[in-house]
Amino acid sequence: MRIDLEPRATRPLALEIGAPILALAGAILIGGLVVFLLGKSPALAFEVYFINPLLEGWSLQELAVKACPLVMIAVGLSFCYRANLWNIGAEGQFIMGGLLGGWLAIATHDEAFQELIGGWWILPTMLVLGAVGGAIYALVPALLRVWLGASEILTSLMLVYVAELGLDWLVRGPLKDPNGFNFPQSVVFDDIARLPFLAEGERLHAGVPLALLVALLGAFVLARTIFGFEVRLAGEAPRAARFAGFDDSRLTLTVFAISGALAGLAGICEVAGQIGQLTPKISPGYGFTAIIVAFLGRLSPIGILVAALVLALTYIGGEAAQVELSLNNDMTRAFQGVLLMCVLIADTATRYRIRLTFGAAR
Amino acid sequence: MMTEQERRATPLLSLRGIVKRFGSFTANDDISLDIHEGEAHALIGENGAGKSTLVKIIYGLLEPTEGEILFRGKPMRLNGPQEARAQGVGMVFQHFSLFDNLTVAENIALVLPTDTPLSALRGRILEVSERYRMPLDPDREVWSLSAGERQRIEIARCLLQDPRLIILDEPTSVLTPQEAEALFDTLARLKAEGRALLYISHKLEEVRRLCETATILRLGRKVGGCDPRQESSRSLAALMVGAAINDIKTPSTRAFGGERLTLDSLSLPSREIHGVDLDGVSLRLRGGEVFGIAGVAGNGQSELFEAVSGERLADANETIRIDGAAVGARDITARRALGAAFVPEERNGHAAAGDFSLTENLILSRHSGDGLTSRGLINFEKARTLAQQVIKTFDVRKAGPDPAARTLSGGNLQKFVVGREILSEPKILVINQPTWGVDAAAAATIRQALVDLAARGASVLLISQDLDELFEICDRIAVMHEGRLSQPCDARAVTREEIGLLMTGDGSGGGAHAH
Repeated sequence: MRIDLEPRATRPLALEIGAPILALAGAILIGGLVVFLLGKSPALAFEVYFINPLLEGWSLQELAVKACPLVMIAVGLSFCYRANLWNIGAEGQFIMGGLLGGWLAIATHDEAFQELIGGWWILPTMLVLGAVGGAIYALVPALLRVWLGASEILTSLMLVYVAELGLDWLVRGPLKDPNGFNFPQSVVFDDIARLPFLAEGERLHAGVPLALLVALLGAFVLARTIFGFEVRLAGEAPRAARFAGFDDSRLTLTVFAISGALAGLAGICEVAGQIGQLTPKISPGYGFTAIIVAFLGRLSPIGILVAALVLALTYIGGEAAQVELSLNNDMTRAFQGVLLMCVLIADTATRYRIRLTFGAAR
Repeated sequence: MMTEQERRATPLLSLRGIVKRFGSFTANDDISLDIHEGEAHALIGENGAGKSTLVKIIYGLLEPTEGEILFRGKPMRLNGPQEARAQGVGMVFQHFSLFDNLTVAENIALVLPTDTPLSALRGRILEVSERYRMPLDPDREVWSLSAGERQRIEIARCLLQDPRLIILDEPTSVLTPQEAEALFDTLARLKAEGRALLYISHKLEEVRRLCETATILRLGRKVGGCDPRQESSRSLAALMVGAAINDIKTPSTRAFGGERLTLDSLSLPSREIHGVDLDGVSLRLRGGEVFGIAGVAGNGQSELFEAVSGERLADANETIRIDGAAVGARDITARRALGAAFVPEERNGHAAAGDFSLTENLILSRHSGDGLTSRGLINFEKARTLAQQVIKTFDVRKAGPDPAARTLSGGNLQKFVVGREILSEPKILVINQPTWGVDAAAAATIRQALVDLAARGASVLLISQDLDELFEICDRIAVMHEGRLSQPCDARAVTREEIGLLMTGDGSGGGAHAH
C-alpha cells in the first residue's frame, strides 16, 4: 500500500476555515481519551478546561493577558514561516528581550538617580531594549544561515537553552536582589518601570492593546506593502522571488529580526507587566506555544488573534484542572503538542487530496 | 485461434468510447481509435487537448471512467504500467527519468526484473543498439550524454521488453535536426518489424513524414481522423486548432538602431554539479532586431538567461552593457530600471507564482516601475488596472476576474507573462523558450508580439530550441553549444542543416568544439 498526496486544484473556503476547527475538535477528543485513561471524567475536564474560564470576569482578563505574548510572538513567527524560514527559538528571544529590558529597570532602581533626570523615559526605553535584545538574539541563527548555510531550525532551537541558562545564572548572580534573602530573583521593578494597568485593581495591562496593535500592523504589512509581498512570494515561489529582484539573504535577516524583536517585546511586556521582576523562569513556554498559535491562526495575524485566545485558554484551564481535578500540569503541554499535530494534519488535508493506492505500483 | 488473415485485420489496439473525467472536468470524451501492427499512428492536438490523459490510460497509469480498451481484439484491463509492459505496450516519455550518476546499463537495469545480471544486460544493450542503429555505450555515465543519447537509453529500455506498441511522447522536442533524422531511421526499422507506434507530436511536418494514420483531439474530443500524408501542415494545424492560424507578419524593411545589449566575453562557472559553464559569450544586439539563440537544451541557455537578467551577477561589471551602461554587477531591478525586461523559461514558480492572483503576478516583475509602489506601499488599484490591460491586450482566457495563476492553462499563463513584460514597453526583451508547451494560437500571438516589439525599436533576444520559431521571426541566429556561442548567422542566408551542425558542436568557424 502506498499513500499519495495530490495537490488540490482548488481549496474551498469552507475547508480553509473548517480545517483548524476540526483540528481543535480532534485534539479535544484525543485529550478527552487521555483524561479518561487517567481515570478522570472527560466531561468534567472539558468543562474545567474550556467552559469555566469563559464564565468569570477575572479569568477572561487573565485570558487576554496570557494571549498577549502569544499574539506578539506568533505574528513575528508568521513572517518567518510565510517566508519558509523556521525560527523555532522564539522562547530564547523572548527571554533575551525580557532580560535586556529588565536590566534597565534594575539598573535605574535608584531613586536619587531618577530624581536627577526624571523617570519617564525608562519604560519606553525598556520596551525598545526588549525588542532590540530579541532581534539581536534572532539574528544569530539568521547570520549563521546566510554565512554558513547552517540550519536555522537547529541553531535557533539550541540558543533557547543558552538563553534560559543565561537568565538563570544572572538572577542567581549579578542581577540578584541584594536584600532578597538570597532568593534567585531581582529587585521588584519601580512603578515607573512597570506597564500601567488599564484600570485600577484589574489584571489587564497596557501590553494587551499593544498586542492588538501588533496584529493589526502585521496584517497590514503582509497584505499591503511591498515587503509583505516579498515575504509571501519568497515562501511561495523562491525562484520567482529572485526573479522579482528580492535578495534572499537580506530577507532572511529581516524576517528573523522582526520575529526576534516581537518575541523580545513580548518578553519585556511579560516582565514589566505580569511579573514585575526578573526570575529564573519568566515564560511558561510562550515561545513554543506561539508556534502552535501561528499555525492554528493559518499564519495570518488576524487568525492569530483568535488562535492565541484558544491556546491561552489551555494555560488557564490547565491551572484550574491542576487544582480541581489534580491533573498534572504537563497535561497542558501535552495537549498543546497534540493540537499542533492535529493542525498540521488538517493543513496537509486541505492542501492535498490523500489517496491510498493498493497493489504494487512502480 | 485466429488465422493470420484475421490477425492482420484485427487492430493491435482499439479504444472504444474512452471517457475520462476528473471531478466535473472531462479530459477525454468518447474517444475511439484503432492502431494496426506495423503502423505509425499520430495523436495530435494542442496542449490540454487530452493527449497525455489518453496515453496514460493506454499505458495503465490512469483508469478510464468509461469505455473499453481492446488489445488484439480482447478486452484489456490494466492495473498499472507494469501490466501494460507485460502485455506489450511500451512508452518513451518526453521528460527522461534517468539517474545522472549511474551508467547507461545501470539505468536500464533499474526497470528490468531484478534477476537480470548486469553483464548479460550489456550484451543485450549493444545488440539493440546495433540492430536499430542507435549508438549507445552501456558504460557511460548519463550526465555526460546529450539529450539525443539520453533518449536512446529510454528507447532501448523500452525495446528490451519487446513491446508490440510503442508510445512516443514529443520525442523530437529536445533533439537537433540530425538527431531527429537518426530517430526517424530507428522508428522506420521498428515499423518494418511490425511494431506499432503511437506518435504524439505537435510538429506536423514530422507527423506527415512518419505516420499513416492520425487522430486529432481538441478539448478532449476526437475531432477527426485522417491520413496525414494527404494533408498539408496547414490543414492539419487548422484541424487541430479549429481555426486557421495567422501567419506572423514581419515588416518588409527593417531599420536597425544602435547597440542596445552587449555581451563581451561573458564567462561564468556553473553552480550546478553537472551544469554548463558560460565560456566567453559575446554578442551585440541592435535596436529593432530579433536575435535568436539556438541550441539543444542544457548547453548553457538557462545559465545565459540567469547572467543576462541579473538573477546571477557576472564577475566583471563591463561584460554586460545595456545601452552602453555597464551592468554586469548590478541586479535585475537595476537592469529593469534601464529598460530591460525578462521572461524566463519556466512559467510556474519562476515567471509567475501559482497561488498568487494575476494582479499580484503583475506586481512580481513590475513593482519597481510604473509607480506601483510608493513608500513601500503597493498601489493595488493601479496594479489591477495594468493586469487587466495585459489580460485584454493579449486575450488571456481565465475564470473569474482575478484568478490565481495556476488556474490558467499553459498558453494563457504564458500570454500573461509575456504580455506583462511587453506592455512595459522595454527597450530590451530577453525571453527564454517563449512558446514551450503553448498551444499554436497562443504561440502565434506571442511571436507576433515579439516581432511588433522589435518593429517599435526594441531589441529582442530569443533563446529557443524550436528551429521553426527561430527561422520564422529572427534576423540573426547564433548557436549555443557547451556554454559557448557561435558567430551569428543571417537567418535568411543560413540553412537548418548548418544550424544543426553548430548545435552538435561540429560547425566550422563557430568557435564551438565538441570535447
